[in-house]
Amino acid sequence: MVKVTIDNIQVEVEEGTTILQAARKIGGSVVPPAMCYYSSLAGSGGKCRTCLVKVAHSSARDPRPMPKLVASCCTPVQEGMVVLNQTSHEVVEARKAIVEFLLINHPLDCPVCDQAGECDLQDLSFGYGLEETRYEEDRREFPEIDIGPFIKLHMNRCILCYRCVYLCEQLTEKREHGVLYRGDTSEISTFIRQSIDNEFSGNVIDVCPVGALTDRTFRFKSRVWFLKPMDVHRECPACSGKAVAWMFGEEIQRITGRKDRYGEVEEFICNECRFEKKSRADWVFEGPRKIKRQSVISANHYEKMKKPSIINPIEGTIEQSDNSET
Amino acid sequence: MITHRLHVKENRPVAFSEATLKKVRELIQQYPEGKQKSALLPVLHMAQEELGGYLSVDVMDYVASLLQLNPIEVFEVATFYSMFYLEPVGKYVIEVCRTAPCAICGGEEILEYLKEKLQIGVGETTPDGLFTLKTVECLGGCGYAPVLQVNTQFHEQLDQVAIDRLLDTLRKQAADPSSADLTWASQFC
Amino acid sequence: MGKPVLLEHIRIPGIRQFGVYRSHGGYRPVEKALLEMSPTEVGQEVTRSGLRGRGGAGFPTGLKWSFLNRKSDKPRYLVCNADESEPGTFKDRYLMEHLPHRLVEGLIVSSYALGVNTCYIYIRGEFKYLVRILEHAIREAKENGFLGERILGTDFSLEIHLHPGAGAYICGEETALLESLEGKRGNPRIKPPYPAYKGLYDCPTVVNNVETLAAVGPIINMGGEAYAGLGKGKSTGTKLISACGHINRPGVYEIEMGLPVEEFIFSDEYCNGIRSGRHLKAVIPGGSSVPVLPADLILRTAKNEKRLLTYESLEEGGFDSGSMLGSGGFIVYDETACMVRNTLNLTRFYRHESCGQCSPCREGTGWMEKVLWRIEHGEGRWKDIDLLVNIARHIEGNTICPFGDAAAWPVASAIRHFREEFEYHVEYPDEVRVITHGNLVRETRFTGGHPVSGIRFR
Ligand SMILES: Cc1cc2nc3c(=O)[nH]c(=O)nc-3n(C[C@H](O)[C@H](O)[C@H](O)COP(=O)(O)O)c2cc1C
Ligand code: SF4
Ligand code: SF4
Ligand code: FES
Repeated sequence: MVKVTIDNIQVEVEEGTTILQAARKIGGSVVPPAMCYYSSLAGSGGKCRTCLVKVAHSSARDPRPMPKLVASCCTPVQEGMVVLNQTSHEVVEARKAIVEFLLINHPLDCPVCDQAGECDLQDLSFGYGLEETRYEEDRREFPEIDIGPFIKLHMNRCILCYRCVYLCEQLTEKREHGVLYRGDTSEISTFIRQSIDNEFSGNVIDVCPVGALTDRTFRFKSRVWFLKPMDVHRECPACSGKAVAWMFGEEIQRITGRKDRYGEVEEFICNECRFEKKSRADWVFEGPRKIKRQSVISANHYEKMKKPSIINPIEGTIEQSDNSET
Repeated sequence: MITHRLHVKENRPVAFSEATLKKVRELIQQYPEGKQKSALLPVLHMAQEELGGYLSVDVMDYVASLLQLNPIEVFEVATFYSMFYLEPVGKYVIEVCRTAPCAICGGEEILEYLKEKLQIGVGETTPDGLFTLKTVECLGGCGYAPVLQVNTQFHEQLDQVAIDRLLDTLRKQAADPSSADLTWASQFC
Repeated sequence: MGKPVLLEHIRIPGIRQFGVYRSHGGYRPVEKALLEMSPTEVGQEVTRSGLRGRGGAGFPTGLKWSFLNRKSDKPRYLVCNADESEPGTFKDRYLMEHLPHRLVEGLIVSSYALGVNTCYIYIRGEFKYLVRILEHAIREAKENGFLGERILGTDFSLEIHLHPGAGAYICGEETALLESLEGKRGNPRIKPPYPAYKGLYDCPTVVNNVETLAAVGPIINMGGEAYAGLGKGKSTGTKLISACGHINRPGVYEIEMGLPVEEFIFSDEYCNGIRSGRHLKAVIPGGSSVPVLPADLILRTAKNEKRLLTYESLEEGGFDSGSMLGSGGFIVYDETACMVRNTLNLTRFYRHESCGQCSPCREGTGWMEKVLWRIEHGEGRWKDIDLLVNIARHIEGNTICPFGDAAAWPVASAIRHFREEFEYHVEYPDEVRVITHGNLVRETRFTGGHPVSGIRFR
């Protein structure tokens, strides 16, 4: 076990843990936002740079600061490391810059985007965005395409986090989409006309931090904040069958995986559960979902750091976090 | 520049010649066992050269099957590197260097002159299918600027007269393939 | 300079052939190393020579070799970085074209020192003719028993393979190069782990530049100490400088480190002054990625000392008034060069070559290019200049690989030293519009009343 200090809070974690995971162990506002890292996807992280932090002391043995800001999602902690996140002016400035970069080519179509209300980028720009854009050039534009009967790809909104690529590589039998071209013309695509309909491909919708990959069976039906999420499960031969049903009155409007407070799915579900089981009779209802989303919007309002509390955006209740991982 | 176009698979049969297949097998031997993916770049070069001058979906599928890869892995790689053409090109692809050291020494003028001479824009092919005009980034010939390459054969220290001569030679070569092939290889080894 | 070291044999006719090279002392270092020295001793000799990486970063080669994980039971690899695509740099190409055996010899000795049995030369795809030259050289070396199994009767075996790239500057970055060598997109890896631990195929790997590896032969020949005797301070030995731009004699020169920049530009032994009797305006001394310096600062440092061609002297003054030796791509501009146009050109290059993996570089390079395009085409606004500085600052240091810095520095330094030119473009949009469009006469292309900060040399 090694001891590290993040924003003046000390925590003990196992050797080899990343700074981000150590911060998540503390919880609250010391947790850097992560747009590309996904703990269950090997190789993810390091790309978006929103999780940059300052390492003021590299370790007990080497007290020098690291020369550059480092990506907390892929930098392992060391004994005696001192990390600054919110408490470093440099970090806050860099993060604002990253958010600006992510937004310059992002369309301003939140009002019509299915992801609105559960979009990591929306949260992030709320916390770190500039008041007005300094970007006056044309934005990148792609037409939207359907990749298969269930998923819509809206490349305009993609932030190229590579999560969906790692997911298909690691979870499905055959990856059919990837990142094509390079630089600012990179795009997520299948290159040839074909649909992505592997058994687990629907999970790309859940891992996508923005509204680039959305559920065609749900599109424009409603807005998330009108829906009531319920924990549900069913016997499924392919997956755990543990899901969330998003209810509008008595009607199941969509099924997603169960996300933890960092927006990461606890267990991936299969396409059948996600897209084809939309009747109440398909599911056993466990009760309302206690969403503990680590939203930057709420994180920014914390005054005291010791006892982070989480605002439940759906029910409007405030929960006391017990500082342990959910 | 923004494509997002979905390409079409035509399912035309494509295959390397026996001699090339032998080369591919040798190439795979260069890399440790199970790492045949390493041969992807050189094999794509061969495919582009031998199977139509550009990489169609069918050609890439064929390469994927040769190296036991998932086709998307090949698409990802082929679209990353600028030497691979994804659309048909002319017999001679003229690529003019446009990076600063060439640009300040007349590279921009050479490009303008070629456009005028061939009556095409950058990225276009002449109606007779002979020339495609493109630009490239620094070719490592900055001291001998301005530089261009015709199908990876370098031509340096160019001016308008040299361009005229080059186009003439290429036209002649196309009309009579047995005429002098001025490749670097014949000059050096 | 005294006797050339790397290019010692450059003028000998037919030196590309094994027989000729051998008869002039070629492959002597291989015999010396394999028969008379232990691998550790070879490594020590390289450390003693003070050789620093010639690929750009200038990292001490002996130290880099000592990091190689020798405990692992996986195979080890040496990868030669011949992806030379940095604008202004063409020294590796020159070396491989004229003295291919210099490189092969260096590879054998280095592999012996590192305990490597497989070595890859990653060569940029456009250098197809060089592939043939090198293949030929490797074949000859093999036929003469310097490659293959049990070289010179020792139990050291080595195979050298060539691997062509396919047109991507970023594949020069060492981890992107390894990805590319594995047949993937050239996306740089996140470090740590460093290649010395997890490189090619997750095995311990050393990546070195062509010139670095070619220098190993002469070092073994003359001894590390003698090599360290050349040069100045921590910049030991000789360096290939590829000079281009508005000079009378562009080309590749081998210089002893410590040569004054002034002498390099104006002496008839080297560049022989500025073309057409014009004045020196600016120099990018180490390939397009390093900061540009105006004439006064490239010839003399801010402390009014002579600027020398060494790692240290070019860095003197840090970011405010210094630059870097980088890869030795020496680009000279005379007063006809428009710095705005040049910066736009370089930024376009970086936008085109960014791998697109991390957001600051992917989005920032495109943004900078668009703003610069507007300024150059007479549509700039006053606030754009500060905006550019700000974008560059936000990219720098926040990216996965040093490409982000390389893209930011040319913009930041051009504005720092030639701000009045950017302001001129904003102030007189009509004039710059006329100059940049449709005027094909080279002589007046970049001039027309631009303020020039060049000074005349004596
Ligand atoms: C964007 C970028 C491009 C690079 N291009 C090259 C190159 O073309 N050739 C090269 O030898 N090194 C290049 N390098 C440097 C390599 O990453 C690496 O430092 C070098 O190969 C190490 O060899 P050395 O220690 O012998 O210099 C580049 C680095 C970066 C960041
Ligand atoms: S589509 Fe979504 S998950 Fe995939 S790379 Fe883009 S933002 Fe990431
Ligand atoms: S800095 Fe640029 S080139 Fe380097 S990894 Fe990031 S996007 Fe790719
Ligand atoms: S979450 Fe760490 S870089 Fe994206």
